Amino acid sequence: MTRTETRRPPYTAPARRTAGTRALWLLIGLLLLAAVMAASLAFGSRDVGWSDVWSALGGADASLEQAAVTKRVPRTVLAVVIGAALGLSGCVMQGVTRNPLADPGILGVNMGASLAVVTAVAFFGLSSPTGYVWVAIAGAALSALFVYTVGSLGRGGATPLKLALAGAATSAAFASLVSAVVLPRNDIAGSFRLWQIGGVGGASFDRIGQVLPFLLVGFAVCLLSGRALNSLALGDELAAGLGERVAFVRALAALGAVLLCGAATAVAGPIAFVGLVVPHTCRLLVGVDHRWLLPFSALLGASLLTAADVVGRVVARPSEIDVGILTALIGAPFFIYIVRRQKVRAL
Amino acid sequence: MSVPLVTRPPSTGSAAGRARRISRRRLVVLTLAVLVVAALAGTLMFGQTFYPPRDVIRVILGEQVPGASFTVGRLRLPRAVLAAAAGFSFGLAGVTFQTMLRNPLASPDIIGISSGASAVAAMAIVTLSLGRTEVSVFAVVAGLAVALLVYTLAFRDGVVGTRLILIGIGISAMLDSVTSYVLSQAAEWDLQEAMRWLTGSLNGADWDQALPTLAALAVLTPVLLARSRDLSAMQLGDDTASALGVRVERTRITVIVAAVGLIAVATAAAGPIAFVAFLSGPIAARVVGPGGSPLVPAGLVGSLLVLVADFCGQFAFGARYPVGVVTGVLGAPYLVYLIIRTNRTGGSL
Repeated sequence: MTRTETRRPPYTAPARRTAGTRALWLLIGLLLLAAVMAASLAFGSRDVGWSDVWSALGGADASLEQAAVTKRVPRTVLAVVIGAALGLSGCVMQGVTRNPLADPGILGVNMGASLAVVTAVAFFGLSSPTGYVWVAIAGAALSALFVYTVGSLGRGGATPLKLALAGAATSAAFASLVSAVVLPRNDIAGSFRLWQIGGVGGASFDRIGQVLPFLLVGFAVCLLSGRALNSLALGDELAAGLGERVAFVRALAALGAVLLCGAATAVAGPIAFVGLVVPHTCRLLVGVDHRWLLPFSALLGASLLTAADVVGRVVARPSEIDVGILTALIGAPFFIYIVRRQKVRAL
Repeated sequence: MSVPLVTRPPSTGSAAGRARRISRRRLVVLTLAVLVVAALAGTLMFGQTFYPPRDVIRVILGEQVPGASFTVGRLRLPRAVLAAAAGFSFGLAGVTFQTMLRNPLASPDIIGISSGASAVAAMAIVTLSLGRTEVSVFAVVAGLAVALLVYTLAFRDGVVGTRLILIGIGISAMLDSVTSYVLSQAAEWDLQEAMRWLTGSLNGADWDQALPTLAALAVLTPVLLARSRDLSAMQLGDDTASALGVRVERTRITVIVAAVGLIAVATAAAGPIAFVAFLSGPIAARVVGPGGSPLVPAGLVGSLLVLVADFCGQFAFGARYPVGVVTGVLGAPYLVYLIIRTNRTGGSL
């Protein structure tokens, strides 16, 4: 749409998409999201007819079906919001680190947020819900910084595989610390599975409301960083030549991504691989221009997580599979595929 | 760990130096063995109630001692034996992988082999309610399948360490989520049982678990030790090793099968006790120093780690931790430290 005014750099040539194609994909993406949201309201351990869904959305809760739908509304909203946050933050992380393997789960950021929350709850008596979010974001920021520092030590700086290895190791280390903190404390061990696996069950509008301000700031920062990420993709020198304050925009975009995944982890636990799969798929659909890529990642992330939640509820009736399990099953093969594609030179 | 016997040039090596290295190695192995026996004895005697060595020995000899026969004979002895055997299996198999792939991160618990064995064992027990022997067989098959899968996926113009490890980490993420799913489908959600299959635990250990582990150890340890010299030669690279007369492919296959067998049987009994396979090799290499095969020392270090960690997990803290949580907390900082050190020295992982 704005392509006539902005001259796109030549590196995007192979992935050029016309505005028409993009608009078409946008429409398809929106329809997909609407469809999975409807499915999320209708399907579950008990399937509900469309007429009941409709009247329940109008406020009726006379029958069991309508009550079920009413309970599924916050869960659906949470899945949409968390999925969008994770997809978007993965896209920004890939742009900021120029690393195809970046994802809040793989880089250990989500696990860092989990560890911070669990530690604060267990040792410092943290109980206010807003406090959770602050602590989670602080933990996410610290672990992002830590992993990036570790991954960029030594020769060659932060190559994709070095960074991914540092992240995976940090994540494994944090996960065992989380178990050590949580396990002996019966009062928080009940929600242990949430922190270890990640899920959107047990959502309520209260909990969504607590993280919403953080998420909104994160969404705004990330969505506005599209231009800057496009410049960064050219390399730091060229970006600086184009008038970009490289360190500043990189820090700002990273902060936005950390806000998103920290807040998402605070409410849904560490969900991995959404931020990896989604941006790569979106790049195939709409090209590498971040001004399109970022909103698309949010859109597709929301659809993916909601769909995973629906599948998890339908496949394992009458119980359910947490979304964290499903995203790992979908995402890990994708991760392996990208690792295999990396050239040995980059190791 | 990196200076195998074969590197010694035949003419110039000083006989005195070699003798010194060998005697140091013997001393270290002996000390480790004594420590393992002491830890075993300690876990048999100490606990909620103390039993003097005389009672413990009488129980082991099969006499009936009031109280001690149950506590020591039925509870502590199988647990201690399983701890020592599983620890030895993890340590030995871990260092075998680390030596063969020339990378401390390439231990079976990081590249997904333990996760595969654990996922299948959990499935066999929770979903199919199979007996111990079948579970061990399933676990071995799963471990081999994962090893093959990771190796095949990592193979692209040769196997590169970092790629193999990251692919293993990806596979193990999938397998762990399978384990989580299997556990969430279990009739009742039991946190302790879940912890066994996620991080490893010795709670409720009995002879049905300890004996298969001991049997696997008795069969497979000689196989690995017989190949230890070939394994050291292969550290110099496949070409050098075959020039030295090692049949590289055959050695590799034998060693992988034996090491995976050890890992899988021990995992089927005690779960994938976190980071023991990963930690034992480097610790053993540090205490033994250069100049010998690290296999036996690593096994002993593994035994010692599991025995001590299990004892601490039971009694040192206010709450009872499964052994895997204790070893996990020990191993986690070392894992991060290893990455930092490798990156800083610029070595290719």
